[in-house]
Amino acid sequence: MSVVGNTALQFSEEQAMLLDVARQFCQDKSPIANVRAQLDTETGFDAALWDEMVSLGWAGIALPESYGGSGMGIATLVPVVEAMGRAMLGTPLISSSLAAQLLLRSGNTEQKERLLPAIASGAPATLALLEDGDWGNEAVSLTLDDGGVLRGVKKYVPDATVASLFVVSVQHQGELALAVVRSDQLPANAMRANTLIDQTKRSANVDFSGVKVDENNVIKGADVGPALRDVRLLGALLVAAEATGSSAACLDTIVEYLKTRKQFGKLIGSYQALKHPTVDILTETDSARSFVYHGATLVGEDALDTDAEIACRMAKAQACQTLLYAGDRAVQFHGGMGFTYECDAQLYIRRAQWSQQQFGDAQHHRKRLASLLLD
Amino acid sequence: MSTSEKELAEFRAEVGAWMKDNNPPDPGFLLPQTFMEVGDERQLEFLREWQHKVWAAGYLGMAWPKEYGGRGVDPVFQSIADQEMRRNRVPICFNVIGLGWAGPLINDIGTEQEKARYLKGILTAEDVWCQGFSEPEHGSDLGNAQTRAVRDGDEYIINGQKIWTTMGNFAKYMILLARTNPDAPRKYDGLSFFLSPMQLPGIETRPIRKITGEFGFTETFFTDARIPAGCLMGEEGQGWKIAMQTLQYERGAASGAAGGQAMVRVTVDDMIDQLEGVNRDGEPVLKDPVVRDQLVQAIMEEKAMILGDRRARVAALTTDYPGSLQLSNKLRLTELTRRMRQLAINLQGAEGALYVGDDEARQGGFWQRAYFNSFSATIGGGTSQVQANIVAEHILGLPK
Repeated sequence: MSVVGNTALQFSEEQAMLLDVARQFCQDKSPIANVRAQLDTETGFDAALWDEMVSLGWAGIALPESYGGSGMGIATLVPVVEAMGRAMLGTPLISSSLAAQLLLRSGNTEQKERLLPAIASGAPATLALLEDGDWGNEAVSLTLDDGGVLRGVKKYVPDATVASLFVVSVQHQGELALAVVRSDQLPANAMRANTLIDQTKRSANVDFSGVKVDENNVIKGADVGPALRDVRLLGALLVAAEATGSSAACLDTIVEYLKTRKQFGKLIGSYQALKHPTVDILTETDSARSFVYHGATLVGEDALDTDAEIACRMAKAQACQTLLYAGDRAVQFHGGMGFTYECDAQLYIRRAQWSQQQFGDAQHHRKRLASLLLD
Repeated sequence: MSTSEKELAEFRAEVGAWMKDNNPPDPGFLLPQTFMEVGDERQLEFLREWQHKVWAAGYLGMAWPKEYGGRGVDPVFQSIADQEMRRNRVPICFNVIGLGWAGPLINDIGTEQEKARYLKGILTAEDVWCQGFSEPEHGSDLGNAQTRAVRDGDEYIINGQKIWTTMGNFAKYMILLARTNPDAPRKYDGLSFFLSPMQLPGIETRPIRKITGEFGFTETFFTDARIPAGCLMGEEGQGWKIAMQTLQYERGAASGAAGGQAMVRVTVDDMIDQLEGVNRDGEPVLKDPVVRDQLVQAIMEEKAMILGDRRARVAALTTDYPGSLQLSNKLRLTELTRRMRQLAINLQGAEGALYVGDDEARQGGFWQRAYFNSFSATIGGGTSQVQANIVAEHILGLPK
């Protein structure tokens, strides 16, 4: 058996149609001027646009029909997220979808029936996992005591300010568990917004101390650990898909400039010193896209198997390195213009830095790939 | 399973078993990994015998017509046979210019006489073929070929020089591109195509010693060499068109090849396997965290190429810069191969400094030699730098 392993890549008619629709939608609704208009706003996205996306069914696209979704599976979310990345469209879709997946994969039927339909109909949820800057640290110190009261802080909670529901990893009676917290349960001043390098994104540190969790909002048992692991992998895959879309957009921006900007009497795109790295960006983006859709082929509603884990990790490792390279070169190739805030290159390199740090960076995933592939 | 699927599965089992049973033992010297590496008579005779054996067993030229040595069956059988050759890691079928380029060309546009004369000898490996396209001053610029062919009664008189003639010193025939009309308004229209004998007075080959220290190519000199006029393929002035058709076979864009694997595939698995027993800091090299990271990246690169092939078949996932996966394939694959082989040597520790000929060289110096030979692919057929220009201009639309 080759160490290269599983190389399946399938893409259904359904996914193709969705990719097409999502591309067109994001292109029409999120021109770069609109993206820039959201950089300084509190939520980072246009609520009316989010409503439109919800009405297209995207908030529940990966959820079963029995819970208000369209039952198309997580693989269908990948092309939507890629299209959003291409348009640099910031919305809570990724965080909300992952929170829903966590509930779906760990909750009991009552919990799923009660909580998931609201998410599918557009009330954003999010997941609160990190307690420090280390994605490799899976220990949880935020506690849920026997009286159902939380104590501790979660960091860098994505889209926290707009979330109506938080799925929080907790330590409960010596075991890993999940607590579901409604935003109206949070005390005043519980949230401190992070100032992020990527101004299209939002997150906050959330102090859950003192929140009393309803008993039916605690998720315990053997499913919690595997569900958390799988959702981190799905998070890596979705961020990879988004980053791949952004890499393609960044490449377009570079190519456009290289075809119009003249220096020393020649279009700068004719210089091989710029041409060849731009081809590298193309081929790396091609690889990222192949990994992302390979990942989409292997993930489903069931627990992720080893092949799927490898695929998600490779997608993340490849896609975020690619966007870093593309964004970095985009700044450089725009010359003096690239050094300005006005130049779109900054959007991509900022997104690159943000993406790299979600759900583990390239080194984090390659280290785990080494164990999966070489031991 | 339908009947034909059953038939194919049975054939696969049959040919797989044959390859396994007949895979020759290690001859005690390094075998060529590609047809461009046949450097001495010993290797030539070994490969000639192997190819003949494959043909005699019925697993080569399967789709070629029966009357010319083939079996006249559906090409799918040959592709299964090729897969089994790769899978069983048998030696290459070395007569590639004949099997893959000249043969299909003769099959497609040759006269009955040409087919009868040339095709069977290609399959049996009796007649080695070489290609006379490149010239010293015109590496990739074929249209500018300057070797002259002047008609003189029943003969053409050839003068000029070709270079990078693979197996030129072993070949019986050459597909030769030469200029019959230097005054043609378009340079392309002055070219003609010949199926030329090689063993004639006035044709001299001088082996080129490669970076590996071995041989495989020659320079080929024509000095008033007289070849029969009947060697002209098609008509005078059709040389460019026929050469372009030949390149279609070479690039795999047109079918008709006799089959047989032209090169032994070397994978990242082979690179990892060769590290058996190598230590670093007193521990197996595969425990070293830096090495592990490098290997993961190599595995990812190889996997990305395979996934790219898969994705290229999904129309909806190739709408961005269409054709990029196909057109960048040569650039990526050859560069990946080169880098991986360099890494393979690097990871051998002090043994990495040994070379073919040293008893202690890991796998007989296979990786050292393979690394050097990998440049033939990053340079030949358009250098990586030219390939990058082609991708930039044709796919990204960047200016020349």
